[in-house]
Amino acid sequence: MSEVKKVATRQSYGEALVELGREHENLVVLDADLAAATQTGKFRAVFPERHIDCGIAESNMIGIAAGMAATGKVPFASTFAMFAAGRAFEQVRNSVGYPHLNVKIGATHAGISVGEDGATHQCNEDIALMRTIPGMTVINPSDDVEAKAAVRAAYEMDGPVYLRFGRLAVPVINDGPDYKFEIGKGVTLREGQDVAIIATGLCVNSALEAADLLKAEGIGARVINIHTIKPIDADLVVKAAKECGRLVTVEEHSVIGGLGSAVCDVLCERQPAPVKKIGVQDVFGESGPAVKLLEKYRLDGKGVYEQVLEFVK
Amino acid sequence: MNKTELQKMAVEVRKGIVTGVHAAKAGHPGGSLSAADVFTYLYFEEMNIDPENPGDPGRDRFVLSKGHTAPGLYSALAHRGYFPVEDLKTLRHIGSHLQGHPCIQHTPGIDMSSGSLGQGISAAVGMALSAKLSQDSYRVYTLLGDGEIQEGQVWEAAMFAGHRKLDNLCVIVDNNGLQIDGPVDQVCSPYPIDRKFEAFNFHVISVADGNDFDQLKAAFDEARATKGMPTAIVMKTVKGKGVSFMENQVGWHGKAPNDEEYAIAMADLEKAGEALCQK
Repeated sequence: MSEVKKVATRQSYGEALVELGREHENLVVLDADLAAATQTGKFRAVFPERHIDCGIAESNMIGIAAGMAATGKVPFASTFAMFAAGRAFEQVRNSVGYPHLNVKIGATHAGISVGEDGATHQCNEDIALMRTIPGMTVINPSDDVEAKAAVRAAYEMDGPVYLRFGRLAVPVINDGPDYKFEIGKGVTLREGQDVAIIATGLCVNSALEAADLLKAEGIGARVINIHTIKPIDADLVVKAAKECGRLVTVEEHSVIGGLGSAVCDVLCERQPAPVKKIGVQDVFGESGPAVKLLEKYRLDGKGVYEQVLEFVK
Repeated sequence: MNKTELQKMAVEVRKGIVTGVHAAKAGHPGGSLSAADVFTYLYFEEMNIDPENPGDPGRDRFVLSKGHTAPGLYSALAHRGYFPVEDLKTLRHIGSHLQGHPCIQHTPGIDMSSGSLGQGISAAVGMALSAKLSQDSYRVYTLLGDGEIQEGQVWEAAMFAGHRKLDNLCVIVDNNGLQIDGPVDQVCSPYPIDRKFEAFNFHVISVADGNDFDQLKAAFDEARATKGMPTAIVMKTVKGKGVSFMENQVGWHGKAPNDEEYAIAMADLEKAGEALCQK
């Protein structure tokens, strides 16, 4: 069997910034003493004058990004999801969201797949926080290809965008010739009528693995990749509920406020249907190797498969 | 403008503050009045701006970090011609472009939304850095309260501005000495303010009377001439300045005058305006 290509989406972020930086003079990258971890060091190596290290001061970094956006720059403010969405939540809300400034937030190290650093650095709440801000676009790409496309799309749109990236290298799944990324448009990766699995981020791959295992059991699972959690592709979600009758959401995020909640928000008004929310079940994470944690929290292919099976039986 | 003209304009700006807050039945007159002279100086003398072209990319920028004193900024903007002075009576009303705190989306002439204390200075620093990167010559001014500098983000921003030697940035601290809960030195003393900014690699200018235009002019001229580091102007002011019963009264931080108080306040200001006309 050939080796599956794996890339961490934070690496994709760093590489995409370099590419965009060559094309656009007004793109600047801000960082808070994590240039190696967030991979913005790649940008710094090529465009040192446009890489702004703000030091360990994320709140100020978001404010600086706001000021730069107000004066015509397109800043990508980069730090861990915990600090971008958590510590600097109010700066993102009041200095970026309320004035609707053209700031892009590159949040890496999201979710429990941060691994060994443990719960303090494993942000499972960022999607919930960011999607409450009016006018904020929230994107959680599933692999290298999608992450790079998302960074480009974020640059090309006017307005604030929250981009969620991971630390762990994850399989490349969107390398087909027909792949197309459009903000707000979900992607149906597998057809099926028995259950719809709606996943985001690295859990899209888990959903695909689960669908293969379910197929062996005679269960046809539709797999939908929702890379844009806000604005969510409501029509696609409603269609899945109509055609499959029941849905499972899968995310490396708290089941409170994330993709599962966003899907339920759509369905409760337009197409009520039973939904099983797979994610981090209102607990903090813990230290350990990322892959082992994903297994323990049942977010790997096997864990998703088992939970879907329990739900549909 | 000469000094008398600035003084007369400051009286008009103060009338606008009192009128707006009275009409809103809410708002922050104390800190708006203490800063009325610096608003007037910035918008009528110091800043390179054009009310006909509020979005000019080359204009100087102003960020009201102490955003609750929006009535003062709005009044200065209105008198400078950004929008009708009549609009001040709609302050804080539903549907008005004059929100309780400044909003870039609503009001012509507002360069940054602000009001959550400590955040405006960071945006101002970002603007100043942006100008440096593009080699633009505009300057950036931001006004902070002396209570506001209790916020940690102010010092994150100051550390960065000093480190980056942003000499196109002018931070102004309105040291009126009072915050909602009482005198600043009793609540949680920010003193010595000057030495703090010096320690963060600012050129510091202490202004003994920030309600005096000669002293403001000297300070802003010095700030403009300062190269290689940002400037902090720390100016002593009188909270509630110009309205007899509000001066140095902590209770007037965030309270609107009733009809009777409004009449007294306007009479005080009329008298001050008339005295200036005798000059």
